[in-house]
Amino acid sequence: MRCLELLFSFFQIGLFSIGGGYAAMPLIQDQVVDRHAWLTMTQFADIISIAEMTPGPIAVNSATFVGIQVAGFPGALAATAGCILPSCLIVTTLAFLYYRFRGLSLIQGILAALRPAVVAMIASAGLSLILLAFYGQRELPENPADLRLISVFIFCIGFLVLRKWKVNPLWVMAGAGVMGILLYSIF
Amino acid sequence: MENRRMKYKKLFLSTFTLSACTFGGGFVIIPLMRRKFVEELHWIEDEEMLDLTAIAQSSPGAIAVNASILVGYHVAGIPGALISILGTVLPPLGIISVISLFYTAFRDAVLVNRMMTGMLAGVAAVICDVVCRLGGEIFRQKRVLPILILILSFLAVRVFGVNIVIVILLCGVVGALDTLLANRKNRGSDQNALS
Repeated sequence: MRCLELLFSFFQIGLFSIGGGYAAMPLIQDQVVDRHAWLTMTQFADIISIAEMTPGPIAVNSATFVGIQVAGFPGALAATAGCILPSCLIVTTLAFLYYRFRGLSLIQGILAALRPAVVAMIASAGLSLILLAFYGQRELPENPADLRLISVFIFCIGFLVLRKWKVNPLWVMAGAGVMGILLYSIF
Repeated sequence: MENRRMKYKKLFLSTFTLSACTFGGGFVIIPLMRRKFVEELHWIEDEEMLDLTAIAQSSPGAIAVNASILVGYHVAGIPGALISILGTVLPPLGIISVISLFYTAFRDAVLVNRMMTGMLAGVAAVICDVVCRLGGEIFRQKRVLPILILILSFLAVRVFGVNIVIVILLCGVVGALDTLLANRKNRGSDQNALS
């Protein structure tokens, strides 16, 4: 019974969160804290920080976490399944339509106009990440000179290495993690 | 048959490692997927990857899950989509299950915190590299409309906080109108040529 409730709640979260990660957060809070009281607000804040610190989409992470708290591992499976079910149905349909009709000139025109917009969105997400890395927050602080210099240094090294030698991004991220431990421990 | 099984295996392993290494959610997985599927395995073309990103972005649900479904579907149809969903969901499912057992200790661990701070800077560098490459291609085309769309959508999302789905829909409409106008013009000039 609990598992069904979890499945249904996270189905709604999956269905109505458009635009990824941070768009899902208020929806998760609404279902998990406000409606069902499965978690307290503090626990919810903890999940968000853990979801950000661990790999994987925030919605899937919090589904697993809430599911375990509410109904053990079966709960985690039910919540995760509910959370990805809408994607499976809708995106598979769209994938079918895309590969069926992308040869049409009208669809090609639409897609050609979408591509620069997607690049712009990646750029915007990148800027948020830079601010988060340099200042620890998503907006520019009052004193822009108040930088985390070590993070700026790691960023510059990573960027140079990527531009110059086109290494695999995973290596850059692993290296950045190691440098983070070393530099932040030394200084 | 053997070939197909190899493909399934590669698909699962790729989506699994990508998902296991994607910190920071959402867009971070796109450059990693691009590197893996476009540059390394040559399963997908660059422009196609941007189309798939647009679809993943404007559909409900997590971008990483959506993008894996699209890639899996492209590579091996419905079974491919299911395999890549599995590969994408298993790492967070396993990791969070373990962490939830002792999450307060994990949250407060100093070394974990330092590593995450460093990785955040690394992720930012990865995204910037991708933006430079993709943005550079659009500017090199030297066509007004794509450059205008790039700049205006950035301002809309970044400065004015417009919902991403609305931006995508509007750009779709602009693209459709542009194509219809171009088609009409072509048809007009064809008729002129005939008469």
